[in-house]
Amino acid sequence: MAQTYRTMLVDPMVDNNPITLQVLGICSALAVTSSLKVALVMALAVTLVTAFSSMFISVLRSQIPSSIRIIVQMIIIASLVIVVDQVLKAYAYEISKTLSVFVGLIITNCIVMGRAEAFAMKNPPIASFVDGVGNGMGYGLILMLVGFIRELFGSGSLFGITILPTVNNGGWYVPNGLLLLPPSAFFVIGLLIWGFRSWKPEQVEDREYRIQTVEAH
Amino acid sequence: MEGLISLAVKAIFVENMALAFFLGMCTFLAVSKKIGTAIGLGISVTLVQAITVPANNLILTYLLAPGALAWAGFPDVDLTFLGLISYIGVIAAIVQILEMVLDKYFPPLYNALGIFLPLITVNCAILGGSLFMVERDYDFAQASVYGISSGLGWALAITAMAGVREKLKYSDIPDGLQGLGITFISAGLMAMAFMSFSGVNL
Repeated sequence: MAQTYRTMLVDPMVDNNPITLQVLGICSALAVTSSLKVALVMALAVTLVTAFSSMFISVLRSQIPSSIRIIVQMIIIASLVIVVDQVLKAYAYEISKTLSVFVGLIITNCIVMGRAEAFAMKNPPIASFVDGVGNGMGYGLILMLVGFIRELFGSGSLFGITILPTVNNGGWYVPNGLLLLPPSAFFVIGLLIWGFRSWKPEQVEDREYRIQTVEAH
Repeated sequence: MEGLISLAVKAIFVENMALAFFLGMCTFLAVSKKIGTAIGLGISVTLVQAITVPANNLILTYLLAPGALAWAGFPDVDLTFLGLISYIGVIAAIVQILEMVLDKYFPPLYNALGIFLPLITVNCAILGGSLFMVERDYDFAQASVYGISSGLGWALAITAMAGVREKLKYSDIPDGLQGLGITFISAGLMAMAFMSFSGVNL
């Protein structure tokens, strides 16, 4: 095996991150990051679903006829998401209310489908499981980063515990309300991508039009 | 009637699928480079949304909701936990049927929209529309209106985004922000503009 399990686990976190490089699974990354706790639950749910769906699909990969593979993958993923959804409703009802439809939307999260199609259909079960965990964690990493920035500067707390006492509660920190609103997620992720790509310049996309400097005569 | 109109306005502008709930973002970012393709995809999403939301509403009311199977003699059965798997199945089936119907009876339309239809099954905006319908307890009329107008709102957002991006590609952007980065930031600015609609009360 060319890739060791360790590189399979670490690679999707930085070098080949599903969100910043492969542009997969953006929807939920934006919507559930206004507080860190919700982001953590979502990251765990996606990691579990990706890992187990990759494993099951990989076990069945030689049995699935290629003409109906999408629908088989979809059914496996949907069943796993139902399990996650029911567990959340039973043990963490408050959080499942905040996540609302986004748990269900893990089904259409492109990361899960993308890994099933690109990796699990060609590789043995354990490798697929590790790959699923790695990609889920790469996704979770970005989710937690965005959640951290939005909750800390938007409401001055982390996991609901006050870090920066806000003016309303007699402290000194004036919270930035914009960070709790939907558009801020776009800005935070846009800037994160900028950061990632300045750190790893090989990820920069090519320009469609090169700007030429014209020499004056 | 008034309730339905305000529901439509709300779904198109205030609670825009793409810009307020971030649904269908993957396709939103990937297919918004040219206005022509963006309009094509927008129309397909509206069409599919207008059919699947009411269809899933019927499935929920007559098959899945607690006590819905009373007509078949099972008044105590509650199948709501099967919701997710049925909705995605219905969506996949309807997209497939729509593709075949368009191919047979409206070839020009099929040629224009054909490439987008398979993409739509995994578009979160479609499944999201059905899930919001369930969460907000819409009846059949509301579900139909919500389906059409949320699709229209998504189409509006992606068309506007494509317009911005067509101009954007000529501008001088720092290397790291090139492509995806700047697209995110402009989508954020558009989302802020759309937020100003939230003051509209009907």
